[in-house]
Amino acid sequence: MLTKTPRNGKNGKRSLRISELPKISTATDTREILAHAAKEARRDNYFIVDVDAHVTETAFWPDVIDRMDSDVYKQMARAFKERGPAPGLLNTTPGLLFQDVFGRIPHQQRLGETVPGGRTHRQVTLVQRAMDSLGIDYMVVFPTPMLVLGMHPQAEVEVVIGNAFNKWLTEDVLPQEPRMKAMLYLPFNHPEACVKAVEAYADNPSVIGFSVTSTRFRAVHHDSYMPLYSAIQATGKPLAFHSGFHWGDQSMQQCNRFISMHSISFVYYNIIHLTNWIINGLPERFPKLRVIWIESGLAWLPFLMQRLDSEYMMRSSEAPLLKRRPSEYIRDMYFSSQPLERSNLELTEATFKAIKAETQLLFASDWPHWDFDLPNSITTLPFLDEEAKRNILGFNAARLFNLEIPEHKTLKAKPKKAPAVREPVTA
Amino acid sequence: MEEIVVGRLADIPDGDYRIFAVDELEVGIFRTGSKVLAYENVCPHAGGPVCQGKIFNKVEEVITPDKKSAGLRFGKARHIVCPWHGYEYDLLTGCHPGDPSLRLMPVKVAVRDGQIYVSVPE
Ligand code: FES
Repeated sequence: MLTKTPRNGKNGKRSLRISELPKISTATDTREILAHAAKEARRDNYFIVDVDAHVTETAFWPDVIDRMDSDVYKQMARAFKERGPAPGLLNTTPGLLFQDVFGRIPHQQRLGETVPGGRTHRQVTLVQRAMDSLGIDYMVVFPTPMLVLGMHPQAEVEVVIGNAFNKWLTEDVLPQEPRMKAMLYLPFNHPEACVKAVEAYADNPSVIGFSVTSTRFRAVHHDSYMPLYSAIQATGKPLAFHSGFHWGDQSMQQCNRFISMHSISFVYYNIIHLTNWIINGLPERFPKLRVIWIESGLAWLPFLMQRLDSEYMMRSSEAPLLKRRPSEYIRDMYFSSQPLERSNLELTEATFKAIKAETQLLFASDWPHWDFDLPNSITTLPFLDEEAKRNILGFNAARLFNLEIPEHKTLKAKPKKAPAVREPVTA
Repeated sequence: MEEIVVGRLADIPDGDYRIFAVDELEVGIFRTGSKVLAYENVCPHAGGPVCQGKIFNKVEEVITPDKKSAGLRFGKARHIVCPWHGYEYDLLTGCHPGDPSLRLMPVKVAVRDGQIYVSVPE
């Protein structure tokens, strides 16, 4: 926080307030890290739904383990403690967690700030600080190391951990903050366990959808998943595919730098799943099931739309359930915005048109991860009008998830006008 | 412009830096030997608090005469790294190493009688 260093009003000159700002470290308060964003939020006052942010479940791993159904797995998970602080039973590879660019991005390393003790869960306080700083009205939270749990060699461990995480999130965390929501973790390597999870949480008001972590080798069109999709469709809540990276994937092992692997891997899994989803006619089989593709950015979409369209026109016999071109099905899907590619705004604009961003795009921050986006990733786009910005920032998500919009942020209330503080964001 | 004293040079060890807010203007003051540089604490990427980040020496890759990689090393150039997303800027030029058009906004700074003066808009 600020250290006051007053040297004001010398020699009859005007009085200026001088204070010192801290260097940012893993101990810095989220509100200090995001102080510049908070200034923008106070000025803009948009209604914002952040459809993809993250909790750090491993910081609370003993609490997650306590929620495991099986005493045997509980014992297994706790046994890891004796070797050090490793999160028992998880399959993350700590030596390959290079997201923080080797200490350059402290908030990715750890949010080690102090929070007041008391009844508010530490994770809730951290999320509230970020929401208030970024001006976010609802934040949908996903896990972090569990994004690669789909690669765990034991399907039953994915079920045990996934169910324990869901309990921890819906019992310990979400009830303390109605602005926090979740798209529940589905242990997708075990289709029947997924159906049970959907049935168990279908009516939970904090659970606004269901999610599959995309990082896995599973064919989403396999017949074993049809009961799951039917069950989700019946809830009226959407299904999200949240992508991730995996350097252990043999194709990715050709990449020698994290930047190369991460750039491709986060898109790769969603390219495969979305292709299978469409070519096997799942939009025709489940016409009311709304599907969201999360954290792959957007630049892959014009590529895939064109590629699938051109091959489909030559090989429609291989996709007999389709009644339209693949790109038309893609245009009915929803996409989260982060990490929004904007180094060439002409391409970004064309992408927005291709995917009907005005109704289908959902703002996401990905906070507290290293490549997070701010609301200004949308508000500074020069080709969007005010209505499109407001849809993407919040109203599209409010419609999709049936979220209540505070009265002062409805369409009638215009955001406060203020001069632009800098040129549009360029990368 | 009006000159405002923000602190004493002796309070910034050589190679170190401090960040001050003078009303709405936030400025990072960097000391390199006898040189003092100042930049606005606003990252040209997305407005992050760039001067509140860490300093790293530029990473270089050594290439042998037959074009093979001989590995990575730290070079002499020093970079301030924005803590929001890791954009790096050369401390002397204020420029991003891969796109010099992306640069920090310099602030006029002077040292007189051991005091650091920053110029702020009237
Ligand atoms: S705002 Fe500085 S790197 Fe993004």
